[in-house]
Amino acid sequence: MADTAAPAAVKPKVAFYWCASCGGCEEAVVDLAEAILDVVGAVDIAFWPVALDFKRHDVEAMDDGALLASFVNGAIRTTEQAEMALLLRQKSQLLIAFGACAHLGGIPGLANLWDRESIFRQVYAESPSTVNPEGTLPQTRSEEDGRRLTLPGFYDTVRSLDQVVPVDYYLPGCPPTPKIIVQAVQTLLSGALPPQGMVLAPDRALCDECPRKDTRPEKLTTSEFKRPHQVLIDETTCLLAQGLLCMGPATRAGCEALCVRGNMPCSGCFGPTSRVRDHGGKALSAIASIVASNDTGEIERILAQVPDPIGTLYRYSLPSSLLRRRRREAA
Amino acid sequence: MPQISGSPNGRPRVGVYICHCGTNIAGIVDVRALSEHAATLPGVVVARDYKYMCSDPGQELIIRDIAEHDLHRVVVASCSPLLHEQTFRNAAAKGGLNPFQVQMVNIREHDSWVHADRQAATAKAKDLIRAAVRRVALHRPLERRRVPINPDALVVGGGIAGIHAALTLANAGKHVYLVEREPTIGGHMAQFDKTFPTLDCAACILTPKMTQVRAHPNITLWTYSEVAQVGGYVGNYEVTVRRKPRYIVEDLCVGCRECIEACVYKEGKTRDEFNLGLSKRKPIYMPFPQAVPQLVVIDPETCIEFKSGKCKKTCVEVCGDRKAIDFTQQERVETIHVGTIVLATGFKVFDAQRIPYYGYRTYPQVYTALEVERLVNAAGPTSGEVVLRDGRRPESVAIVHCVGSRDENTNRWCSRVCCMYSLKLAHLIKEKTDAEVYNFYIDIRTPGKGFEEFYNRVQEEGTHFIRGKVADIYPAGDDRGRLIVQAEDTLLGKVRKIPVDMVVLAVGLEPRPDTQDVRRLFNITCSTEGWFLERHPKLAPVNTFTDGVFLAGACQGPKDIPDSVAQAGAAAAEALALIDAGSVELEPYTAFVVEEDCSGCKTCIPLCPYNAIAFVAETKKAAINEVLCKGCGVCVAACPSGSITQNFFEDEAIFEEIKGVLAHA
Repeated sequence: MADTAAPAAVKPKVAFYWCASCGGCEEAVVDLAEAILDVVGAVDIAFWPVALDFKRHDVEAMDDGALLASFVNGAIRTTEQAEMALLLRQKSQLLIAFGACAHLGGIPGLANLWDRESIFRQVYAESPSTVNPEGTLPQTRSEEDGRRLTLPGFYDTVRSLDQVVPVDYYLPGCPPTPKIIVQAVQTLLSGALPPQGMVLAPDRALCDECPRKDTRPEKLTTSEFKRPHQVLIDETTCLLAQGLLCMGPATRAGCEALCVRGNMPCSGCFGPTSRVRDHGGKALSAIASIVASNDTGEIERILAQVPDPIGTLYRYSLPSSLLRRRRREAA
Repeated sequence: MPQISGSPNGRPRVGVYICHCGTNIAGIVDVRALSEHAATLPGVVVARDYKYMCSDPGQELIIRDIAEHDLHRVVVASCSPLLHEQTFRNAAAKGGLNPFQVQMVNIREHDSWVHADRQAATAKAKDLIRAAVRRVALHRPLERRRVPINPDALVVGGGIAGIHAALTLANAGKHVYLVEREPTIGGHMAQFDKTFPTLDCAACILTPKMTQVRAHPNITLWTYSEVAQVGGYVGNYEVTVRRKPRYIVEDLCVGCRECIEACVYKEGKTRDEFNLGLSKRKPIYMPFPQAVPQLVVIDPETCIEFKSGKCKKTCVEVCGDRKAIDFTQQERVETIHVGTIVLATGFKVFDAQRIPYYGYRTYPQVYTALEVERLVNAAGPTSGEVVLRDGRRPESVAIVHCVGSRDENTNRWCSRVCCMYSLKLAHLIKEKTDAEVYNFYIDIRTPGKGFEEFYNRVQEEGTHFIRGKVADIYPAGDDRGRLIVQAEDTLLGKVRKIPVDMVVLAVGLEPRPDTQDVRRLFNITCSTEGWFLERHPKLAPVNTFTDGVFLAGACQGPKDIPDSVAQAGAAAAEALALIDAGSVELEPYTAFVVEEDCSGCKTCIPLCPYNAIAFVAETKKAAINEVLCKGCGVCVAACPSGSITQNFFEDEAIFEEIKGVLAHA
């Protein structure tokens, strides 16, 4: 890695880019409020399509490594996103996966339960609100009245950023919290870089910073999994102890238990700790271990109360899990 | 990957050894192809195949290579690690490696023995070796731990097995706590009249051992007591014993039994458990005259003082200055510390009422064998007279074998003792009554020392043997009140109906009804039938899967007296070996919580089958007691944040192993 200490007079250049994402990560940058002024004061934003009018050719014109850091949010599901990831990798000394989608594949990654064909069929033909009598599907190249139109290619499989290009650091969260972002920027600007590949958040599970930690009984079992809309949730007791499927024990801390403080169970957006390869698998084994029965039928009944196990346990991490995607049946 | 200076790429230098195991492996697997393949694997600096790796020259090969090739890791592809892991660990240690930097690959039980296709078996062996080579690179050096052994021992159960184990340990100078549930020790043997095949009087050989127990300076005898809780681990068990109140001050009672005489009940009204209800006892009683300890007991269920508080208390009166009776006595709970535990909790006899067509408790002429033991016993309810409940002496007696044994509807196992005790009872009944005795048997099994000779003797005495399983027992309807015993004689091929005055059911042996509770208490396992499970049926017959807990007598399976005594001696010897070693080495495959990583979510705590994990209030994190941990890995798998690591089974190593298996050449 190149020397990152910038000369005092020249502010280091950074870029922000979004791939398959909802825009929440962009909001998170804006949400820094006054702190954004510190960031803007310390760096020169050279590329940020959401906010500033620089184009791709501006980036292409840069020298390799001209950017100190690129913050890329969103998963990779189109050819254009992959190209931009490669381009920014080339131009940046540090590439940072920003937010759960870039980090783990995120919510768009749940598309890995299907493939391009079934997604197109659903979106462009079968969904109730679609009117498409000619059955038009997106084409990478098409011609209309002599005009040529190109669209990015759409992959079968959604990938996290590091499944496309090497990533230096990860900022977890859906989206990353202001505190996490500011700390990360400060760390990067300080020049004292943490070991490559690190997730820039504490490497412990959320229970560590959960205000309800002390209320979890040592022997916790449940014979019912409830969903938040089904119960009046007590505001002080451990959510798992109330039968709510909280991903806290399996999820990296750093958000200061935002959702739990808002009386909602953790949904796992910070991903697993560095020691866990498969977030959903670990969460499942923790959840399964509190089921209060030894009877197969009863266990099945209790676990059937989790209506969407993959969407619950792998909500943010399917592409980066050991599963990665649903098996494509041989054609 | 650990970086090792002076080796290629900083990788550990691995030696791979492939065993032919004669033709066991080499007959199916192409061992030469294996060593050639292994030599190409990353990190492997030497790969050999050899006829018998476990032989001295085989081990020498490893030791020499460690020095000559500067090996850091060793992979041996041979048999099951159960057999020779220790052998190769020791060889590596002799060569100067940490013994845990050895990995075994089982290409015999897992490969050559279960496959017939040479090519496929060779390919499978290659996969397994590749996995081990990748895994072994990540092995960390581990140390076995030593923990001291408390020399005191606990024996649970005061039957002949428990008595013998306690005496053996005590004679070796160890302090023994002998805990017995009943008011006296002696167990089933105390109820027997004679013992087969020598016809020794059971009491004559048992009671001296019972009094030895009482008098032994190294034995603390707690009767009428039960183990309530067991904590700790091998060498360091903490045991809580509940001592039921007998309402008698043990130090003051001299066993004179005057109180029994003086009881306001002139006659006993309560079923006498020791005589199986063939006689009655009073609320204050001694189970039998030679009971040890020589102490009476008050049964609060039937004692008038307990019932109404208005008894004249003639017992207290006669006890006088001895002041040994104390109606206010309470249950006491004692906590003791022992290093080893011998379980000798015995058996229960089959409840003959479970086979309704044998008429037990329907026809008064039907007895169980244990009841007849009491009848023929001179100290029994009939002073040794074999008489029916109506006082008549039987002129014909049927002994029905295999009641609750070798029977698909009740218990499938052979109870091992019934043939012999039936022969013994046949002899005793014949001797005492001169009755015609008919043995209805499926097979006569007399495999012990002197057993077959005894069988011949009983045959010569004129006892009848009918080979057939009894199908029905019903009244003959004659004026003698006889019963018809009906069976198909499989030797004659016809149905026999024999009228008899008395039927003896040779009931089998069963696990005690509270076996599962006891099993949990001592953290051991049971066979499907409910007998306590030994660690190995042949090579570790008195050990359990819990270190420091041993088995003696019929709690492990049906056994006669000599076998129980032999096993009790073996259990005591195993305990002594542990005690005299002074300390015990524990395998290092334990799990540990990385405190810095733990979030304190408590997921692991209730999952540990050994109660080895505690939540530490100060740190708000989990901690594993290394000595309690058996390395089962449950917590490691369950820890949602991956903060528990298990020695030798670290995630990285396992993933490397998986990759190795999947990386087909």
